[in-house]
Amino acid sequence: MRTDDLIRALAADSATRPLSLRRAFASTLIPGVAIALCLYLVFLGPRPHVLELLAEPRFLFKVCLTVLLVAVSGKLVLRVGKPGAEIRHAALLLAIVPVLLGAGILAELLTVPVGLWSQRLIGTNALHCLKSIPSLGLAPLAAILFSLRQGAPEHPARAGAAAGLLAGAIGAALYATHCPDDSPLFVAVWYTVAISFLTILGAVAGARLLRW
Amino acid sequence: MRGDEQEKHWALLMRAGNAGDGESYRRLLRQLTPVLRANARRGLAGAGMADTDAEDVVQETLLAIHLKRQSWDEDAPFGPWLRAIARHKMIDALRKRGRRITLPVDDFSEVLTDGSGEPNMLAADVERHLEVLPLGQRTIVRAIAVEGASIADAAARFSMTSGAVRVALHRGLSALARKFRTEEP
Repeated sequence: MRTDDLIRALAADSATRPLSLRRAFASTLIPGVAIALCLYLVFLGPRPHVLELLAEPRFLFKVCLTVLLVAVSGKLVLRVGKPGAEIRHAALLLAIVPVLLGAGILAELLTVPVGLWSQRLIGTNALHCLKSIPSLGLAPLAAILFSLRQGAPEHPARAGAAAGLLAGAIGAALYATHCPDDSPLFVAVWYTVAISFLTILGAVAGARLLRW
Repeated sequence: MRGDEQEKHWALLMRAGNAGDGESYRRLLRQLTPVLRANARRGLAGAGMADTDAEDVVQETLLAIHLKRQSWDEDAPFGPWLRAIARHKMIDALRKRGRRITLPVDDFSEVLTDGSGEPNMLAADVERHLEVLPLGQRTIVRAIAVEGASIADAAARFSMTSGAVRVALHRGLSALARKFRTEEP
């Protein structure tokens, strides 16, 4: 085909307006999160007296940290599908989460006697955590990857990793309200492993699915 | 026009195109073509390859610009978006031809277009890309692209609704982009 002919066809096709990325993102993420929420309500559910627990600093810290991760990774995901968009700022903003977690760990180590450290770290439910967070994050991950296909990620694997991180954060935020282990030591180990798993899965899937 | 002003002008045309002004959109693509062509030739030459494939790279890039136009924010600068797309398709084209090469990030809006237009094509070449499409899409894309039919003309000629023509055209173009991407050298 001659280039001029192609341009004629492209112009004729321009009347078919594609969905904006933000709308594509919302229209897939809402059902994705709805599935995660259903799984959560059916299989896990909130801890008893969950609202009263918000007065407990460790619980509050854990919930706020996961919600913060949702926010900062969500900001990143909204950018990775846009070629030429400034993403360094959004990527650097992610560092706020490990920094806060580090502060939480320090506070925990200063207030809890050494003898209890390993017990806090191992918790009562590590395996459950490792299974639940990825399971809750799976539907959101599929949704986010699907919406990113509408965009044009310059680095498909990295964009997929960002999608996995957001999906992991969503799973973790839900799971945090169910899990009885509140110590920052527990969160730092098991939540990190579970979220990393989804991040790697997202990167692998993204490398295949997000090429354009 | 200086690079910066030119990019603002392109952004203007792109916004008009997004608002439904097909003529502005077509003008934009025609203005981008010589710039993309110079860029493709330079990229291929820089990788030590013959520039006979340059027109394929130009067409792949135009398809990507079109199919991914929603990834440009209307209030974002147009130049970085365009360069990122062109760079991505250039790397893709080199990789497909068996090279792993990192391109310098440079500002190609300043590139002087060399004035040479599209090379002449053999009739076989015109058909080459269309052949990959299923018959229905191929017929529609050919009628609109090569024969210059409008959506309404094509609808009347093939006794289809204009909605069905639009869908076939859009699917045909998407399939063409996919084919370009996965085609082996």
